[in-house]
Amino acid sequence: MTMPLMRPKRKNPMLRTRQMNLPPWARGRVALGITAAAAEGRFELQTCEDCGTVQYPPREACCKCLSPQLHWREQSGEGQLLSSTTLHHSNDLFFRERLPWRLGLVHLDSGPTLMVHLHGEVGDAGDGQGRVRVGARLDRAGQAVLIGFPNQGSAHMADDKMLREMTSDPKFRKVLVTDGKTELGQAIVRALVKAGADIVWVGHAEPWKKLGGLDDITALPQVTLVPLDLTNGRSVSELAGEIGGKVDIVINNAEVHRSFGIGARRGTDVAKAEMDINYFGLLRLAQEFGPALKGRSADGATGATAWVNLLSIYALSNFPPHGTFSASKAAAHSLAQCLRAEMRPAGIRVINIFPGPIDDEWNQHTPPPKLAPGTLANAIVKALRDGVEDVYPGDVAQEWLERWRDNPKVLERELAAGGA
Amino acid sequence: MPRQRLSYEGVAVAVPVTVPYVRYSTRTAHWFIGQAVEALVKASGVAKEQIDGLCLSSFSLAPDTAVGVTQHLGLSPRWLDHVPTGGASGVMCLRRAARAVQAGDADIVACVGADTNHVDSFRQTLGSFSNFARDASYPYGSGGPNSIFAFITSNYMRTYGATREDFGRIAVDQRTNALGNPHAMFKKPLTMAEYMAARPISDPIHLFDCVMPCAGAEAFLVMSEERARDLGLAHVVIRGAIERHNAFADDPVMVRGGWLVDRDDLYSQAGVAPAALDFVQTYDDYPVIAMMQFEDLGFCEKGEGPAFVRANTLTFDGSFPNNTSGGQLSAGQAGAAGGFLGMVEAVRQLTDTAGPRTVPNAQLGLVAGFGMVTYDRCLCTGAVILGRSE
Repeated sequence: MTMPLMRPKRKNPMLRTRQMNLPPWARGRVALGITAAAAEGRFELQTCEDCGTVQYPPREACCKCLSPQLHWREQSGEGQLLSSTTLHHSNDLFFRERLPWRLGLVHLDSGPTLMVHLHGEVGDAGDGQGRVRVGARLDRAGQAVLIGFPNQGSAHMADDKMLREMTSDPKFRKVLVTDGKTELGQAIVRALVKAGADIVWVGHAEPWKKLGGLDDITALPQVTLVPLDLTNGRSVSELAGEIGGKVDIVINNAEVHRSFGIGARRGTDVAKAEMDINYFGLLRLAQEFGPALKGRSADGATGATAWVNLLSIYALSNFPPHGTFSASKAAAHSLAQCLRAEMRPAGIRVINIFPGPIDDEWNQHTPPPKLAPGTLANAIVKALRDGVEDVYPGDVAQEWLERWRDNPKVLERELAAGGA
Repeated sequence: MPRQRLSYEGVAVAVPVTVPYVRYSTRTAHWFIGQAVEALVKASGVAKEQIDGLCLSSFSLAPDTAVGVTQHLGLSPRWLDHVPTGGASGVMCLRRAARAVQAGDADIVACVGADTNHVDSFRQTLGSFSNFARDASYPYGSGGPNSIFAFITSNYMRTYGATREDFGRIAVDQRTNALGNPHAMFKKPLTMAEYMAARPISDPIHLFDCVMPCAGAEAFLVMSEERARDLGLAHVVIRGAIERHNAFADDPVMVRGGWLVDRDDLYSQAGVAPAALDFVQTYDDYPVIAMMQFEDLGFCEKGEGPAFVRANTLTFDGSFPNNTSGGQLSAGQAGAAGGFLGMVEAVRQLTDTAGPRTVPNAQLGLVAGFGMVTYDRCLCTGAVILGRSE
């Protein structure tokens, strides 16, 4: 059983805020294949196409038949715990600050032996609890590590001290949602409150406009409306001065979405408005809130932990009927990669969400399936809890992703012809 | 049947030298190698110019290798080797040097294991020790070999019923041996109570199961017996030697080492049974590995290690003298010199220069090596049997 995480006491303002020392992040190029899968929540190992051997650590040749035909294949992770140890000494600062730390040696049913971090609910080897399930998670350095989980976890298993180092669970954390006026924004707020968030600050660009749904979420005791206009540098700066030092998670869901591409609209005003929120809005927000988050990334069990960007599957390849919107999301995607690189040294995870069309007013003419705001909100909370960094929620996003990975040029031609 | 190998007949191992260990040093590995070669020259009377072979093992030379060392020390060998097998490099340097001498590729080979140890170098070495360590073990707690050998020890204890006291017997008796070795880093006796009360490092590994990283060097010369006699150098002969890499790769956790694959070969080369040996110098990065060597080198059956240490005294004057210098557990681990420690000690024992820790009437001794934890176990194993020259 994992002891449920208790609400942390108020921080003593006299004490220095602990700074982040990242876990070892160096990996070889081949080993990054595990990270690539873990970033999307999958546990994959190298598998030989010729003889079927599953091998670990990752290599440049099959250790059985020497074939170079090695492919990453998803693993069930089922295995036997061979041995376990509790570390009381470490040569690395990250672990030294978090001792004692449990490790296990697991013999996967599919063949290889893995060194893993052990979840607290997995007993020591020989305690009659031999079966474990190995999964991959991103650690605070953003690199994949393997974790030995219990086959059947308890209700509070997410509160495990080691696992919380790998994830960004909103429980007892303080979250900024940049736009509360949309149905999606409100769904995100409700999902965060349900997940146990301590405070949810909700951005509201034009407080004088009374829009539907805002009153409902404002009635929740955890929720506070705050003025935030991403097109206005001073507005962003003022809010950061007020709450920047307290925010643990930023969810940037503000977006402007208009349809059409180049020829169907004269001038650049609409495209500029899209860019001003979707790209420059992210840039303004990142410049003001990024440093504050970085400074608090090791601040106790509920310190600053993640930054979520609402992008679009159109960021991968332009969808001409929504051409300028696609371009602004592609720009935002590129900037989000930059943000990820800059947040990495502090251990702040940047999570990019690539939904297909959301079931909202700006996708009125898009045929189903469309993503319900509530479903997308739950996917965002799940991404925080699972510690992944790229999420493609919904059937449309999954299908486009598959086509894009298969052949981006073919997808470009298909999208030019209308999509299907 | 594999082809009958050439014996190691006619090869002498002489001039065991130690560059005294220090916990930390501001010197480089080159300094320790230089001191070792100078000690070889002084102790043997062989001029530096006559050393025409160099076989080197060192972790802390980078970016240099044995090549850079020749210019650094003004050596001009006609045979050169750099052996990267760490704890097995003493055995492996000896095997390579012996073949070079037999073939006439070199007349006098200096074998040197040396490393420096700066205040932060151990941590830095761990993170970049191997590709697999970087990718698959260092990110898991960064305990270095401690956590790997904790897995191996804990599994061994559960499988074969060993207790911490059994490993304590190995550590305590080695400390007794170290008290007779002026070069040993540890100068005070160790009691079983102190061993048991030591702080935990990575369960079940506690402080006195771990070696202390330090700086230092060990070295010896390899030449023909004839040459050794001409030079008037006390020497020993090689009765048999084996090596193996990545043995039992399918064992999910290490319970046996490569010695088991080749031990029949070793004893048949020497024409003796294990019982004929007067002492062994096991590789003791952790006591469990010393215990595995008792089994895998044929002194007892697999799983009988615990009973074996309970039934024997492992001191230099005991029923089964093991690591008579104190081993790395009590003498210290000077990087790759740790792989030479047993070899240098065995030559001292068999040339009557082991002082107060002399094994009475020793004629034949075994030296084992074990090196390179790339991921979840050490990959290199080796062993030699040395005997007094006729």
